[in-house]
Amino acid sequence: MKLITVAGPPACGKTAVILKTVLELQRMAVTAGVVKFDCLSTDDDERYGRAGIPVQKGLSGSICPDHYFASNIEETVAWGHQQAVSVLFTESAGLCNRCSPHITDVMAVAVIDVLSGISAPRKVGPMLRTADVVVVTKGDVVSQAEREVFSSRVHGANPRARILPVNGLNGQGAFELARLLRDEAPEHASVTGSRLRYPMPSAVCSYCLGEQRIGAAHQIGNVTSLNLTVPEVTP
Amino acid sequence: MSTPSIEDALAALTGEDVAADSPAETVRFLTILPGHDKQGVAERFSRLTCVAGDVVCVVGATGSGKSRLLADIEWLARADTPTGRSILLNGDAPDLSGRYSGGGRMVAQLSQNMNFVMDASVEEFLNLHAESRDVALSPAHLTEIIAAANRLTGEPLSATHQLTELSGGQSRALMIADTARLSASPIILIDEIENAGIDRHRAIELLQGADKIVLVATHDPSLALTAPRRLVLTNGGISEVRERTTAEEKLASRLTRLDALHAELRAAIRGGESLGRFVDDERLP
Repeated sequence: MKLITVAGPPACGKTAVILKTVLELQRMAVTAGVVKFDCLSTDDDERYGRAGIPVQKGLSGSICPDHYFASNIEETVAWGHQQAVSVLFTESAGLCNRCSPHITDVMAVAVIDVLSGISAPRKVGPMLRTADVVVVTKGDVVSQAEREVFSSRVHGANPRARILPVNGLNGQGAFELARLLRDEAPEHASVTGSRLRYPMPSAVCSYCLGEQRIGAAHQIGNVTSLNLTVPEVTP
Repeated sequence: MSTPSIEDALAALTGEDVAADSPAETVRFLTILPGHDKQGVAERFSRLTCVAGDVVCVVGATGSGKSRLLADIEWLARADTPTGRSILLNGDAPDLSGRYSGGGRMVAQLSQNMNFVMDASVEEFLNLHAESRDVALSPAHLTEIIAAANRLTGEPLSATHQLTELSGGQSRALMIADTARLSASPIILIDEIENAGIDRHRAIELLQGADKIVLVATHDPSLALTAPRRLVLTNGGISEVRERTTAEEKLASRLTRLDALHAELRAAIRGGESLGRFVDDERLP
């Protein structure tokens, strides 16, 4: 089974891209399933279900969503094997742009939309910068020049990535993505022992543990202070 | 305890630079070798060649395969797409290394749905576009692009205009001038651009003059007849390649006169004039 991690900012079109890509894979007689990771709620599992795609969802709730992803990916892969699908997608929203679900030697796809602005490819961080393929969506509503500028910014943020425009509405580009994944994504029996491409935060402060009160007295653990500039007072 | 910086960690991830956005080679002519439609019925042409400066009209209902045709060109298909078509550049099977450089390398697209979303002035935008292609934009080049845009629209724009404040016509005009003068793509598709606010015939001439192959997807008779050839798409395949007939050429020149009248009427309305003087115009049907 080929495991493919798909990540991207909220509402960038991840689900639409995966739906169209699975349709193209099915036309190539390749079966696929999806496990959707989200934070508080999602209806995307119903969208996959309606399309007849085997799907599971995982909501991280109060846990950091990327930690939740990392601690559930083994079981996710096992589920994919039980479903006997040839390709298993994980879909997760990069919620704070700090982390990335991508795993060494597992095909990593980042999705980003051109409406997010030309500084977005840099801001999105490791889920884009460590990806093998960057899918650019919503290109049909902006000018040619802006598409070109955006692609060059993606290239600047991740020079190693293949960049592929996909239209989540009409599926243009999904065939090309499906074929790339079918031909180039490595097979995985399991991910036990595999490594994340990018480390999780070196956290644990009092707020990670549920503290709600503001103030130095309540800050325990790994705390970093913002260096605010104070205007100099002339004597 | 110090927190490792994200930038430090990312710096460790830098790798070789493989997918550089290389400029497309000069395309003197493009050849489409036939494939088949969605039912596997072979397309009935032996080869279709478009030369730089050609205008080709593409017609067909929604879902007839126009997008797939363009995708085949963009992807430089080698009998490896759902249509089985192949694309040759200058007579040869092209280098495929640009397949993943982000799209628009072969076919620049312009449709009625496209808008500028960048928060920048016209000048800043053109500089950003030039920068993304690693070319320097001289003040003379900038002036020339703006002048080219202004020949296409009745409402002049300037370097200091904000992109997002441009009217529909001004935006379309700038997109076309920018594609003609600053985009490397050898092919441009103009998809259902309305006549309002922009002179489409001049737009096509501008692109032809820039040695682009101009594909026009339209069902507007006047615009469709500017092209000597029409590709008819049905059920995913090119079902017919129609050459413009002598009768159609005559019709085209009469439609052009009608378009000119229409443009004058629009200008008169915009200028707050009375239109009574047009009632006996000889160009009216």
